[in-house]
Amino acid sequence: MPLVEFILEPLQYEFMVKAVVVSVVVGITLAILSCFLILKSWALLGDAISHAVLPGVVLAYLLGIPFGIGAFVAAMLAVVLIGYVKNNTKIKEDAVMGIVFTTFFALGLIMISKVISSTDLTHVLFGEVLGISDSEAWYTVATLSLVSLAVLTFRRVFMVFCFDPIHGKVVGLPMGIVHYVFLMLLAIAITGSIQTVGIILVIAMLITPGSTAFLLTKKFSTMLWIAVIVSVFASLVGAYASYYFDAATGGTIVFVQGLIFMLVMLYTKLLPETYR
Amino acid sequence: MQKTAISLQDVTVDYGNKVALKSASIDIPYHSFTGVIGMNGAGKSTMFKVIMGLVKPQSGTVTICDDPVSIAQKHGHVAYVQQSEEVDWDFPISVYDVVMMGRLGKQGMLKNPNAEDKEFVLKALEQVNMLDHKLHQIGELSGGQKKRVFVARALAQGADILLLDEPFAGLDATSEKSLIKLFVDLKNQGKTVILATHDLLSLPDTCDRVAMIKHSVVAHGPTKEVFTKELVEQTFDGMLHHIRFD
Repeated sequence: MPLVEFILEPLQYEFMVKAVVVSVVVGITLAILSCFLILKSWALLGDAISHAVLPGVVLAYLLGIPFGIGAFVAAMLAVVLIGYVKNNTKIKEDAVMGIVFTTFFALGLIMISKVISSTDLTHVLFGEVLGISDSEAWYTVATLSLVSLAVLTFRRVFMVFCFDPIHGKVVGLPMGIVHYVFLMLLAIAITGSIQTVGIILVIAMLITPGSTAFLLTKKFSTMLWIAVIVSVFASLVGAYASYYFDAATGGTIVFVQGLIFMLVMLYTKLLPETYR
Repeated sequence: MQKTAISLQDVTVDYGNKVALKSASIDIPYHSFTGVIGMNGAGKSTMFKVIMGLVKPQSGTVTICDDPVSIAQKHGHVAYVQQSEEVDWDFPISVYDVVMMGRLGKQGMLKNPNAEDKEFVLKALEQVNMLDHKLHQIGELSGGQKKRVFVARALAQGADILLLDEPFAGLDATSEKSLIKLFVDLKNQGKTVILATHDLLSLPDTCDRVAMIKHSVVAHGPTKEVFTKELVEQTFDGMLHHIRFD
């Protein structure tokens, strides 16, 4: 089958158009966030938050309020609890995160098993972009676009936050608020991405594109572009793999991203910077 | 009367498990070059943090250029040049962009740099002799150049007071010398330079004033008067053998 046909043929179906649009928006947003996340060394925290949102999402579902609110509340609770346990015991932070987010996640699993079917559970955990409903698609596109817009608008402030928060405080910027706003944007983005990639693998999309880009450039703006391109490409591969081979969307996206990372790493190892 | 750049009156900082500063009082005049010395954990960093407004003392008053700390922050009076190990040198950011961060307090969070900001940044880079390196990623610089970038950021910020935390750590003698010259120049141009250092050997030639810290201010004043064997030994619990006092 010619490539053009291969690409266009699935797009005659509305569900596939939705899947492609949603996957691309998810890919863009998480890629932008990933650049900040890895520079802040927050990969583990991102993982913790992505798992910890689960009970909040289920609760929001039960109460009929937007998932983002539930996810945000759960994420903040987890962050506060991690801080509290760390400051009041001799347990190191990575272990504290491990305890807190798995407990939240487990609670979410218990709640979810009482509320929704096991098929839906699989979708929450691993994503299923082809089955996305109209309202979910709109919700995802709207919230994630807002997150991207917010991050890019306040990009210079988030840069200071990642690079040198002390300087930010010294010149009077509210770094404490920036910290929580960033966590909130992260929580919202994660919630919006669950349908596409699932709760378990969303963290990969928040780490890998930024890391791949970081290997290739010393300029932040270039890093953003590379991360977005890599991430969108992987998202599209994921959507098409779901269509043609019935492959897991999230799994495919994350696997492709990991593969690209490995190739880029080999490239940078084999070809030193001076020759590029 | 000489005006006071920084005034700490009876400042106590208690971290809960340990008292870092107890009733510390010091007045640092404008246009001075003050060396702050003391053992590790003696409270030098805490004093810096109090001046920067990162730590609120339990008691006592702090004034910066006759303003309370929060106002001084808004004016950007104080700039901090951190120790090199506190910086992620792999961060994908150029020299120019680091210095532009100095303008953020003045710009607010939403505005993009305008012509005035760019002028400030270029002028600051020129002042520290780093204009030729403005497009380099910060990790590509030598140790001395790295320091100059952060000094330039302080200048772009329009700060009157520069807090320098161990700026000579890990530098070779030549870089240290040229940095000292830069600091002295800045002092002569009207800046107040405050330097936390372990380099007691070069201190008498560098700083016109010295502050000795041991959980409080042991002594403070012109280097000639204060940098004496007795006071230095008192500050360092007598563990000094390599310094000669004339």
